Amino acid sequence: MRRVFIPNRGEIAVRIVNACHGLGLECVVGASQPDMDGLAARIADRKVCIGPGPAAQSYLNVGAVVHAALSTRCDAIHPGYGFLSENPALADQAREHGLTFVGPPARVIRLAGDKLAARDEAARAGAPVLPGGEVKNAEEARALARQIGYPVLVKAAGGGGGRGIKRVATEDELTDLLSLARSEAGAAFGDDRVYLEKLVETARHVEVQLAADEHGNVLQLGDRDCTVQRRFQKVVEEAQAPQLRNATRARLHSAAVAFAERINYRNLGTAEFVIDAATGDPYFLEMNCRIQVEHPVTEAVTYLDLVQMQLQIASGHALEIGQDDVSYHGHAVECRLNAEDPSHGYAPSPGTLSVFAVPERHGLRVDTHCQAGTAVPPFYDSLLAKLIGHGSDRDQAIEILIEALEDLDVDGVETNRTLLIGILGHPDFRAGPVTTDWLERALR
Amino acid sequence: MPLNDDDVREILRIIDESNLDELSIETEGFSLHVRKGSADAGDADARSGDVLPRTAPERAPTPPASAPHAAERDGLETITSPMLGTFYRAEAPGAAPFVDVGAPVGPDTTVCIIEVMKMMNSVPAGVSGTIAEIVPENGQLVEYGDPLFRVKPDR
Repeated sequence: MRRVFIPNRGEIAVRIVNACHGLGLECVVGASQPDMDGLAARIADRKVCIGPGPAAQSYLNVGAVVHAALSTRCDAIHPGYGFLSENPALADQAREHGLTFVGPPARVIRLAGDKLAARDEAARAGAPVLPGGEVKNAEEARALARQIGYPVLVKAAGGGGGRGIKRVATEDELTDLLSLARSEAGAAFGDDRVYLEKLVETARHVEVQLAADEHGNVLQLGDRDCTVQRRFQKVVEEAQAPQLRNATRARLHSAAVAFAERINYRNLGTAEFVIDAATGDPYFLEMNCRIQVEHPVTEAVTYLDLVQMQLQIASGHALEIGQDDVSYHGHAVECRLNAEDPSHGYAPSPGTLSVFAVPERHGLRVDTHCQAGTAVPPFYDSLLAKLIGHGSDRDQAIEILIEALEDLDVDGVETNRTLLIGILGHPDFRAGPVTTDWLERALR
Repeated sequence: MPLNDDDVREILRIIDESNLDELSIETEGFSLHVRKGSADAGDADARSGDVLPRTAPERAPTPPASAPHAAERDGLETITSPMLGTFYRAEAPGAAPFVDVGAPVGPDTTVCIIEVMKMMNSVPAGVSGTIAEIVPENGQLVEYGDPLFRVKPDR
């Protein structure tokens, strides 16, 4: 691997460029027209304009991405997160044209994208899954729902990430919601298979970072808590998950590794679990086949560079460390500073940053593509920066973030800064793990 | 040619990720016609069994600030590339180029082909006038928005 094509934008494109340069690799950023002046395009060895602002014609255009990578003599593609990162067509086309795809093979991406198949494989690997299963008609659904007990969720096999889910409180609603879920799933995902799962009413979201090389070595790099969410979007994440029972943590880690081994997972990935807050029992949810937005909290506590690790694994290098070499240092918390307007229900707030200055302080890492003058186009997610506080303990990590947020200079767009400070200072959050419904309730 | 849901999904995905607006497939006992977007995609001269690559018109919900359209400079208008790809002046190697310097063009005159992963997309001039300059070399990579031709417009 010599030259890496990066069809992405924002802070993650900057992060990948820096990882490439750290390994002595050249890189070409494929940017949409409004992103051609962006930080990632400016620090790359070369930039090419792959299309206009709307992602469907630029960052989601597989043909343009592969053509651009080949024409600029790249030998690898790092897709980042979002966009084409979990699109098996890109992984397939890259391979067909002799390009290394920095991620798992298309076969694995397809399996993980089929939530029902992934659930079955997880169960076969011995991972705990929620009571439930596929239902082909109302009769089967009624029988299964009675067995597992209401409320239940109807989920689309082609969904994931919170999409394609219906909550069914009683048997009276089941038939109607089932047929609605099936037709919506067919329209949205081209796959009308649905399954039932028991609803965990109060839950934590905990995930396990995995790394698997081409030689069959699989490591877990600890866990993250991503329970603070708004509309299924993570807002604050931390490593490791606080106040997790040792037995639960060990169970999560071993289940994640067993699942990755079973499906011959490759490169970095994340196994997501839900933890029933009432019982403390964990259940496998899904596998994400990409680098996660929140990977820096794991990097902070493990002293590892996960993006460089992705590139090295894709190059065929065996993992340089074993499971016993993975150790954890202190605690890290990340918050996502978004261009959102709190007075309009946190709707995206595009514009141009007239001021953007982040304080420097010990224990603070900021991943961002923003500077004064940076445009925040309306076409993409509204992430401006990730602030990561790393301290000797959780309180210290949180204090670093609160001070950084208070000292941050940002103007030109609205942001969720006040919300983040409110979360980080809230007694519920400070006391330890909250539940996934906590933030929406606290906002009311 | 029996198609299952996966096949249809795959076809829709390919169309979605391409610059095609419209696709017609017809084989024994099966015909499929798919059109992307809305109104202005109607004039594709689709022969059955053929995939006709067409250039993407401005159909984005929010068009980019500087639309890749003929833009005026020094009294000349510029035809810019509607997509990233390889610039070809002729339909095939050895064939006569679509246009040369001095050639008259109308809005619908094909001036070049942009090839993206073996998909040939013909580019219309979009303006009436005379070709004054051809900017890229034949076979060169052009990016979205790159200048392709300068045209002396009819007045």
